[in-house]
Amino acid sequence: MTLAKRIIPCLDIKDGRTVKGINFKELRDAGDPVALAELYSKEGADELVFLDISATEENRKTLINLVSSVAEKINIPFTVGGGISSVQDVDALLQNGADKVSINSAVFKNPHLINDLAAKFGSQCVVVAIDAKCINGEWLVYLVGGKVPTKINLFTWAKEVEQRGAGEILFTSMDNDGTKNGFANDALASLSSTLKIPIIASGGAGNISHFVDVFQKGKADAAIAASVFHFKEIEIKTLKTELKNNNIATRL
Amino acid sequence: MKIVIIDYGSGNIQSILFALQRLGHKATVTNNSIIIKNADKVIFPGVGQASSAMLKLQEFGVDQLIPKLRQPVLGICLGMQLLCNHTEEGNTKGLGIFDLNVVRFSGQLKIPQIGWNTIYNLKSPLFEGIHEKEYVYLVHSYYVPFCEEAIALTDYGRIYASALQKDNFYGVQFHPEKSSTAGDKILTNFLKL
Repeated sequence: MTLAKRIIPCLDIKDGRTVKGINFKELRDAGDPVALAELYSKEGADELVFLDISATEENRKTLINLVSSVAEKINIPFTVGGGISSVQDVDALLQNGADKVSINSAVFKNPHLINDLAAKFGSQCVVVAIDAKCINGEWLVYLVGGKVPTKINLFTWAKEVEQRGAGEILFTSMDNDGTKNGFANDALASLSSTLKIPIIASGGAGNISHFVDVFQKGKADAAIAASVFHFKEIEIKTLKTELKNNNIATRL
Repeated sequence: MKIVIIDYGSGNIQSILFALQRLGHKATVTNNSIIIKNADKVIFPGVGQASSAMLKLQEFGVDQLIPKLRQPVLGICLGMQLLCNHTEEGNTKGLGIFDLNVVRFSGQLKIPQIGWNTIYNLKSPLFEGIHEKEYVYLVHSYYVPFCEEAIALTDYGRIYASALQKDNFYGVQFHPEKSSTAGDKILTNFLKL
């Protein structure tokens, strides 16, 4: 198998600017998402994710403009998420050059939106993001950026998402997110073995061995991280070289 | 040079326009038969579902035109698949330029194949300067099996044709517009044909 495991930096966007205290001496303006995207693309990122954390009506236009500027400059695929709730939202993002959209709470409230999006734009551009937490041994889905608990089992929801036509699942373990102690490999491996669509792992990256583990033990198809890349704790090239040394297919 | 991208409502046109722009070229997005016929290079994009894409081609009246084109034509992704005889997706009859059938991936594989995979056995000026086993970006659930017209191969559970050529018709299963510097090179090569 030569399909490479993907390394995906995630950029949080607020009012058209990157947030999370990013500090890059190579960039004149580290808050400029386009400049940061170009840098990651040159360093060998396989894809990029832009997450609009302000996601208000007013900011939609700013986001659309940003998507268009990114598409103009970047020659690798990118996904846009945050506040997407309708076919029209998705249409505007794709028309402006986004390759995929990531949707979370909106499809939980209205699961049929997945079917509608897959039918209109194709499964390949529909990424369903799922946030979950392990409570007394059961993985439960959380909504609205992890603020609202539900009683729905992660694996049940993931199966439904796949059956409705999602092209990929972006799974964030809230137990691991921000810990830098590694990804939720057991849950990831279960997802990967029960589903036929690719799984993108998110939450917990702290060092290079965590990425080796998420591909070898977690069986993930791609891994997302933010701060380890933004703060230069891990360089993408070094990371990919180490993946290759561990016999993990990677684009170097 | 007059470059035309055939407009039939496909999703990735903007990305192709931007890619050409980065390479210093402008392109016209149109379904006007006369403009398409008079172009030096024709790009036939495609993202989405095969049967609805064929219906749109018919609606815009370009399904009859494409097989008659004599300048270099590049089908991308679904565009390449629609240049074939038939695809299993929606049991759809294609344009029949390549006497080939497109089938769905099966077996213990993640479907769609999404991400970067390698191309090898490169046999066309389209790949000049591209080294064997270069990575390109692919997103697809259906594929063209190994065949004589293959000018590039890729492995995903089986060996399949990731690029095709017959006369002036070229097809790539991957997305050159999203395949980093390798993709830029392949697009540049196409424009030089």
